[in-house]
Formats: sequence, C-alpha cells, structure tokens
Amino acid sequence: MTVTAPPAVSRRRRRTDRRPPVFLALPALAGLAFLTLPLAGLLLRTPWGQLPARLTAPGVLDALRLSLLTATAATVLCLLLGVPLAWLLARTRFPGRGLIRALVTVPLVLPPVVGGVALLLVYGRRGLVGGWLDSAFGVTLPFTTTAVVLAEAFVAMPFLIIAVEGALRGADPRYEEAAATLGASRWTTFRRVTLPMVGPGIAAGSVLCWARALGEFGATITFAGNFPGRTQTMPLAVYLALEQDLDAAIVLSLLLLTVSVVILAGLRDRWVGGLR
Amino acid sequence: MTTRRRADPDPVPDPGPALDAHLVVRRAGFTLDLRLTVAAGEVVALLGPNGAGKTTALRALAGLQPLHAGHLRLGDRVLDRPDTGLLVAPEHRPIGVVFQDYLLFPHLTALDNVAFGPRSHGVPRRVARDAAAGWLDRVGLTGHARRRPRELSGGQAQRVALARALAVRPQLLLLDEPLAALDARTRAETRAHLRQHLAAHTGVAVLVSHDPLDAMMLADRLVIVEDGRLVQSGDAATVTARPRSDYVARLVGLNLYRGSGDGTSVTLPGGFRLVAAEPQRGDVFVAFPPSAVALYRQRPDGSPRNSWPATVSSVARNGDRLRVELAGPLPVGADVTAAAAAHLDLRRGERVWVTLKATEVVGYPAVSQPTG
Amino acid sequence: MRRRADSFTLVAATALLAAGCATGTGTGSVSDGARDDAVAGVTGPLTVLAAASLTDAFTRIGADFEAANPGVSVTFSFAGSSQLAQQITAGAPADVFAAASPATMATVVSAGEAAGEPAVFARNQLVIAVPDGNPAGVTGLADLTRSGVKVALCAEQVPCGAAARTALEAAGSDLVPVTFERDVRAALSKVRLGEVDAAVVYRTDAAVAADEVDAVEFAESGQAINDYPIVTLAAAANPPAGEAFVGYVRSAAGQAVLTAAGFQSP
Repeated sequence: MTVTAPPAVSRRRRRTDRRPPVFLALPALAGLAFLTLPLAGLLLRTPWGQLPARLTAPGVLDALRLSLLTATAATVLCLLLGVPLAWLLARTRFPGRGLIRALVTVPLVLPPVVGGVALLLVYGRRGLVGGWLDSAFGVTLPFTTTAVVLAEAFVAMPFLIIAVEGALRGADPRYEEAAATLGASRWTTFRRVTLPMVGPGIAAGSVLCWARALGEFGATITFAGNFPGRTQTMPLAVYLALEQDLDAAIVLSLLLLTVSVVILAGLRDRWVGGLR
Repeated sequence: MTTRRRADPDPVPDPGPALDAHLVVRRAGFTLDLRLTVAAGEVVALLGPNGAGKTTALRALAGLQPLHAGHLRLGDRVLDRPDTGLLVAPEHRPIGVVFQDYLLFPHLTALDNVAFGPRSHGVPRRVARDAAAGWLDRVGLTGHARRRPRELSGGQAQRVALARALAVRPQLLLLDEPLAALDARTRAETRAHLRQHLAAHTGVAVLVSHDPLDAMMLADRLVIVEDGRLVQSGDAATVTARPRSDYVARLVGLNLYRGSGDGTSVTLPGGFRLVAAEPQRGDVFVAFPPSAVALYRQRPDGSPRNSWPATVSSVARNGDRLRVELAGPLPVGADVTAAAAAHLDLRRGERVWVTLKATEVVGYPAVSQPTG
Repeated sequence: MRRRADSFTLVAATALLAAGCATGTGTGSVSDGARDDAVAGVTGPLTVLAAASLTDAFTRIGADFEAANPGVSVTFSFAGSSQLAQQITAGAPADVFAAASPATMATVVSAGEAAGEPAVFARNQLVIAVPDGNPAGVTGLADLTRSGVKVALCAEQVPCGAAARTALEAAGSDLVPVTFERDVRAALSKVRLGEVDAAVVYRTDAAVAADEVDAVEFAESGQAINDYPIVTLAAAANPPAGEAFVGYVRSAAGQAVLTAAGFQSP
C-alpha cells in the first residue's frame, strides 16, 4: 500500500473545543499529581497476596459497616438540622446573622480532637446536657454508636450548611412569591418549590457532608471512644492497626478508599450538579 | 381506560365582588397614594411611566407588599387595614397573578404548573390535573401539557402563566406587564387572546402596563399613575382626548399645556397667550394635535389668532409624515407632509412662522375629576 | 510536646525530689552503672521520643539536664510507644527513644535503627485509676466487672493495653471495657472527666493526676510490670548529647525523678 504525502497545509488544526492554556494546564496537572500520588503509593505498597485473608479478619467488615452506617446517619441528621438553619441564614434578616454564620463554621477550623473534648464537656456524663440526661433519663451518650453519629455530624454539618446556603441565595425568591399568590402555605411552598429548586445544591452539600463524616477520627475517638463493633469506625481501625502492622493499616485504608470512591463516583452528575 | 374529563367552565357568570382600595405605601424617596375602585367584571389598566408606582400598587393588591396606611377591601372581605393591624397573607387571598417574567416553576411541567394552585387549595391531584388540562385547552396549548417551561416559547409560557392564574378561579386577577416580554408579532396575537380571557373573567382584573396600546386594548378603564398618585382615570377615549398629564399627552401625541383662562384666552407660564376654541376660565389644560399646527415661511395673511415666529429644533420621521419640533415662545410639535417640509426647506435652525387655528385648541378644566 | 524550662518546673522538680526522698516511694535503689553527672561540654539540639506515660517525668528530667548542660536544648515528642516506633522506622529524625515496653523497642532494634543495646531504666506497674472520691466504690479488679461500672482500657496495640490484658488474664477476669483508648493519657483523661468509673493505667499516670484521680492498687498488677527501655538511635544527629541524656536518665538524679513520679527502678 502506498502512502501519499499529505498536502502541504498549515499544521494548525482547527478544533471545536480549544485546548486549555498552558498556564492553567500545568498547575492543574501538578495539583492532580499531588492528590493522586499518595493513593498510588498506597496501591503500590498493598500486600496483594494477603488481601483475602486480611479482608476477612474479624472486625474489618464490622468497622466498615459501622462507618457507612454512622456516616449516613450523620448526614441525615445534618440535613434535618442544617437545611432549616441554612434557610434561616439565607432568607431571613436578624441582628447578629453574621455572627451566627461565623459560629456555624467553627467546627471547620476547630481541631477535631478539641471538638471531641467540647462534645464531652457538654454531652458527657458530667456535661451540661449529658448530666441532665443521665440523671433524668439514665441516658449516657459517650461510648455509644449514637455518640459516633453526633461527633461525625458535628464536624460535617458546616459543609452542608455552606453548600445549601449558597444554593438558597442563588435561588430566585420570586418563585416563592408566585407560589404564595397561588395559595400555597409556607410549608407547601418550601416543600414543592424551594426544596426542589435547590435540590442539586443540597445533594452536593450532602455528598461533602457524608465524605467528611466518613473520614472523621479525632472527634469520634475522643467523644465516642473506641470499641469494635460499636464505636470503632474505619479511621479508628486504621489508626490502631498502624500501631502494630503497617500492612493491616494499608489494607484497611484501601478498603475504605475503594468503597468511598465507588459510592461517590456512582452518584450521577445531574443529581450532584454543584460538584460537577 | 376512562376518558379524560375536562373541568367545565362556570355555566352562569357570577358578578363577584368589587374592589375598593386606598393604597398607601411609603418608601425612601417615594410614596404611593392611590385610590382605586373597580367593579366586578371590569378590567382596569394602571398606566404610567417607569417608577410611577404601578408595580408597587399591584404587589400591594397581591399582598406581597403590606400597606402603610389606607385599606384594601375585596367584596365584603377586608384584606389589608394597617390601622387595625389586619393583614391577609397572599396565600389566603382569592387572587391570581400573572407575573412579568411568568415565573413558571422550572422543575414542573406545564400541566403541573397550572395544577399547582388548585392543589395548594387542597384539591386532590387527579382532579387538579384534569382541571389544569382543561385550562391548557382553553388557552390553546392542548399538546403542551408535558413540556417544561424551558421548552416553551415566550408566547406559550405567557399563556401557561395565564392559565395558572385563572385555574384558581380568582376574584381578583392581577397582571404585571403581561405582554412586555414578547416580541411584536407574538404580542399582537397574545393581546387578542388575552382580551378574550379577560372578557370572560367574572371577577375584578387589574393590569399594569407601560404600553398604552396594550392598556387601551385590554382594559375597560385606564388609570394614569404618575409619581405614586392617580392623575387621571377614565375610558381610553376620554383619557386620550383630554389628557391631564404630559405623560399621556406624549403618549397620544398631543401638545398639552396648562395655564390660566380669563375668558378670551389662556395665559401660559411665561406670559404666552393662546386663544382656544371656547372661552375658558380658571386653571385649565389646553391641547391640540400636531396636525393642527401649520408652518409658513413668512407671517401669513388672514387672521389666525394664534401665530408666532419659531425656530426648527428637530425634524424626524413620524409614520408617513414628519414631526417637526419647534422652539420659540411656545415649544410645539407639528406634523407636516414631506412635500410641505421640502417646500419650506425645513432644516434645523430655520426660522418659520407657526399658526394654530383657535378652533383646534381644546381647553378643559385642570381640577381633578372624581376618580372613576 | 515541647520542653518546659520555666522556673516553676524546676521548683516542682526539686520539691518532688525532696518529697520522694522523704517518703521513700518505690522499691529498689539507684542502678549500679549510673554516672552522676552529664559529661561537660555537651551542646546542641537534642530530640527525644518518649512514651506518653513518661511525659511529666521526662519533662522534668529534660529541664534538669539542660540546667546541668547549658548549651543543650531538649525537644520531646510524647506519644504511644508503638506510634513512635513506626515513626522511627519510617525515618523520623530523633536522637533518643524511650519506650514503654520491650516489644515496641524490639521493633526499632530489628529495623536497625538502634545504636547499641537498649537499657531498661524504669519499670511501671498498673493501677486502677478512679475519679476523685471513687464514686463507683472500686476496690479491685473484681469490682470492674460489676454491672453498671464503665471501664476504659488502653488499646492492646499499645504497651499499657498489652500489660492490662496480661494482668486481666492472670486474674481470670472477663472484663469488657466501654472503650479501648489510643494511649494511656487518653484513658486517664476519660477518668478525669468522669466519663468512666475506672481505667487501668500506669501508677505514674495516676500520680500525675493525683488531684483529680485516686489510684487503687490491685494484686495482679505484679504479673504484668512493664520494663521501659531507652536507647540512642542510629540516625541520631547529636550522638554525644544523646548518650549523655541516656546516661543522665540512668543516673541517680534521673532515677530520683522517676521514682518520685511512681516508677520502679529497673
């Protein structure tokens, strides 16, 4: 087969979508490398041969199940409390609103262990609220799975609130006026107009919230303690495994990573518009 | 499969209540103080320049803006009375609103948009959707029930918005610039269509417009609002024949002035005297159309009783004629044919002689008429 | 953790030394091969990684060492011994390692990170720490398994936890704690906060928190006494200072501080 030389035309090819400029592409690639190389390191160091044995070791699946359960429960709690709070911050005016907004983001800057200590001081057996709960109902929170959910919700809620507040600010309040003129009560308007319109923002915030809750360590171990099957989530299991056995820690980390990535990647783009 | 039942329109139109309102809303730098009475079945258009307060008035009627003083009564029900602290929220008012941007819920289909009102009033979903389908038929959008708002053209969206407002059977129908977002051709079609529905509506309808043609075609009565106040009220013919404000005068293309009549002539501010068709006394408006103004190269013979020298300040096309703006002791606008303009060699800065027959100068009292 | 070279510590150290001599806590005497004072002329920065349970004692020893050797500045890092061992094998820069168990030291030695043989410089015995006033009325290991009593243990991966497990097995106890804390100080803090009714910790830790915590001895603690080894590291940046520090710890002065804190001599 003969090959004919291409006609002598300019080398510049016209493309319908332009290549990203170099001053953006290079740092972007560097950022990508920065984030993914540690994952690659983990994969390279994984003791693949021992994987089946280690994955079926006692406590591993318990920790995974507990992690997924508590992260989801924490996200639900964040939604129930965080969406109304975000609505208040976005849609109403009251004195001190700026201060409230700053307070809501405190868990973001607080070291998680400090958050855990703070939770103990309030909900612990001798805490402000916990003491009353204990004496009035005999209910103690620390060292329970509930405590894990509370600790995770505490650190993750700001993510949800910020995302939802942003979405609400972007939504046009005139639609709510239109709904009112059509006879919709405030609850009906919220349920049938406001929420659906900020749905993607809420979904994106929930994903962030869930991911943060899943990875929480410091507040959990300080407030809820560490007990296999009840309060030992995956991050705690990894930490303790690291004390003795690097391979075990790597396997656990890989398991948590895989499950998280599968779940997060499985969320369709259009459900999570904001995180596209 | 059961056949789809369409909701029936009311077999016998019911007169419905009337609207009686004194709307006072105070803002920084602006106060709305408007008295408005509308009979059942009547369509009133609030017409006026931008910033006049028309939309504020509409929002007050809808309950989206509380009154600061005055009252709002629809039929025998008081909806807003600030001095007793009574304020009925929009969701409890028997209203339907068509917004300027339509504000169709983007996440709902056209059918669900129209069914939204009835469902909010407790109508079960199936019944509401049937009724909504009926309304969509009535506005001529039968096949579009499943479309989302973003898939509809401007005219179609407007009709869905109208159907949505009518589906709740409002006693008070409010329309905010209903045709403003449409292009010229769609506007003409939609205007005719809207006129039909307004005629069929048995309650009170108030629409806001800055376009006088829309207002005149759709409404039984015009209410001219300027600077938050009612300036003139009456049917289209009366208002345009005897405008009481610059705004309307410009709208209908009349030359309008206000002065003081002493029986033989009217003295305008600055001392200029105009002779009107009939003797006038007291504070009066005088108006004459541009076509009544004649231009000459020199002072004409004969005895036109109004004549003065002027200078051409601009010449512009106005349909098949030319509108000539003249500066001088009295600034006027004149309409001349192109031929006449050429003959006179009308150019900016040219000096001409203006005459105006007294018989064409209409005068009428400037004291405000009782509101309609 | 950083060194605390303030005068308060110096005074406290001196007071405790005096108190230690007066009450004679602990058994045993100063080890034979100890040298009394540091080698003169040792200078430079010194990094010491030490088990969490050594926090207070070593901080005082560090201050004394600096006083005896002006020109040296000691920086401590206190954490669970196993975590420190992992850090050393991963290349963390340090001069001296003091572990809370021979097992954790063995990790470091077998990785070739130790310069020379580790020496045991102290021993630690377990006690049951209870909140001030002993609200649950704990008198021994048997009380820990009473219903309604909440107990914190160290995780088995850390030396304190391993020792506790040995002791519990020796006592035939089927104790199930509410939490396995990541290091002995975390377990102790749960007691101080009143979140648990008891925790099995080192005697030294209970002593540190003496104003908030009471210590209850139990017989089986003798079955699981932890040896604390110390060694200079192969990759030390300041070997002379490291050696000098190890020597000081094993000297009479260092041993006095350790004894006063509740450690037993090796």
